[in-house]
Amino acid sequence: MFRASVVTPMLATFRLLILAALASLSLTAHAQLSIEIVGAGASRYPVVIPIFENESQLPRGVTDVVRADLERSGLFSLVSIGPQALPESAVPDLAGIRSRGADAVLTGSFVPQGDGRYQVRFRLFDTQKQVELGAMALPMAPAQNRAVGHRIADFVYEKLTGQPGYFSTRIAYVVKSGSSYELQVADADGMNAATALRSREPIISPAWSPDGQRLAYVSFEQKKPIVYVHTLATGQRRVVANFKGSNSAPAWSPDGSQLAVVLTKDGLSQLYALNADGSGVRRLASSSGIDTEPAWAADGNIYFTSDRGGSPQIYRVSAGGGTAQRVTFDGGYNVTPRPSPDGRQLAFITRNNGRFQVAVLDIASKQTTILTDSARDESPSFAPNGRMILYATESGGRGVLSAVSSDGRVKQRLTVQAADVREPAWGPQVR
Amino acid sequence: MKKLALPILLSALLAACSSTGPEATGAKVEDRSGGAGVTTVTAGSPSGSGIAALTDPNNILSKRSVFFDFDSFVIKSEAKPLVEAHARFLVQNPQMKMLIQGNTDERGSREYNLALGQKRADAVKQALLLLGAKETQLESVSLGEEKPRCEEASEACFAQNRRGDMLYSGEF
Repeated sequence: MFRASVVTPMLATFRLLILAALASLSLTAHAQLSIEIVGAGASRYPVVIPIFENESQLPRGVTDVVRADLERSGLFSLVSIGPQALPESAVPDLAGIRSRGADAVLTGSFVPQGDGRYQVRFRLFDTQKQVELGAMALPMAPAQNRAVGHRIADFVYEKLTGQPGYFSTRIAYVVKSGSSYELQVADADGMNAATALRSREPIISPAWSPDGQRLAYVSFEQKKPIVYVHTLATGQRRVVANFKGSNSAPAWSPDGSQLAVVLTKDGLSQLYALNADGSGVRRLASSSGIDTEPAWAADGNIYFTSDRGGSPQIYRVSAGGGTAQRVTFDGGYNVTPRPSPDGRQLAFITRNNGRFQVAVLDIASKQTTILTDSARDESPSFAPNGRMILYATESGGRGVLSAVSSDGRVKQRLTVQAADVREPAWGPQVR
Repeated sequence: MKKLALPILLSALLAACSSTGPEATGAKVEDRSGGAGVTTVTAGSPSGSGIAALTDPNNILSKRSVFFDFDSFVIKSEAKPLVEAHARFLVQNPQMKMLIQGNTDERGSREYNLALGQKRADAVKQALLLLGAKETQLESVSLGEEKPRCEEASEACFAQNRRGDMLYSGEF
């Protein structure tokens, strides 16, 4: 059964535990991520989201998914005005709701379609301006309750923050349990986890294709690092880079037609590009040091880690070639550059007094901000709307995933019982 | 060295090896309906056995690890007899191939550590080449921090993990 926390006071640290949804999914239950929120935004938007009309007819709820998504984002606080649904066909008492401290209210209704399916209709109102902010109707089968809840949460998030939501996206990560490695894919709330690849050898560096259908990753199943592209729906795998030496660090081009990879076929680890089917390998950059961890930004630049200057630092080169430019200058260890979707920020890992922490660089102002206070952070990746950064860290001697907002205010922790979780990658927004 | 049975064993091993080449496509295991449209694949893994001389604990060839200092990619003098013995074996058995796996301790980025491990594997490879082994016999790769021999966060443990491992045909 699904259970979410109740309304909590603003700025309080609160906890949201998500339990396995269905006994029939017990195959994945051992790997269920539970999410704990350890910090919230300075000013959260108070909203009322009552149960929708006819929701009790559904086997599993939808509005509880909406409420959990919005609360977990750290940008909203939930205000309760009672257990009753508000009629979707009427404008609610906006002044009355305003007097309860809420700035917005969502009303909705499930309309039976006679074939077991429903149409869910919902409307969002601003109680201050006393206006309707938008309305939408979606067809749904009762089993789609979570997906529909995420869509509704995306709608509310976008209307109230002006930015697209990320609740309908997926994340990939690697779970190590004993000597078993699993590459898993889950919804952004940690639910619905499924295993894409199970291996007795390590799997690292998963990277989502821009269409969200495929993962590129490095698998050591042949006793050396080889880059694969794996189609999630069919399980079909293709070796795209298996040259003599090591093959690693895949990064997709924005159009999904190419991959940047790191190969050692000509000596030290260096950057190459190849087509997504593995053909047409060519050199991207040359140095006398290590070049690795490429990330392809939307503007055609490739950010990467290089120790050509003595210590590992972040550099940038055009995918079309040219001279590489150094991007980071402070500190002796700056690695794993990951550009934000709009290209304005760069998340990376910096060593700060012996601690490895997530930092963001504002590319225009060159201002760097360290976002975490942990010591073993790795593998940052932006949510598709650029608001959150997912990363791996360590807690209680175990690998866990954490997320932090790009302003450092909202923090979440995602853990799997009795296993190490690492190598997270936030998937794209697929509409 | 117990070399008598080697050619026969070797050809058997190589035959076994070529018949179990890498699989580009894993088998579909199950259709997990309700599991976010993801099909589970189980990765295969090569398994080979050693050759008597290479696994005899009384033979120096059974020792396969070259250890490195922190942030160093230079083979220490104490490891030279071991590298020399393996170079001799490769020269005497030109049909034999070796996979050299470089490893690092766990501090820092996985991919950067993979690149650092490659430098250790390359150091072992260069030493073997200088001692007469052939380029075609050798492949240097990195496992980075992914296969630690020791999993505690102590310097003694980290030292165990900064190493190059030498695997022969049939063992990879």
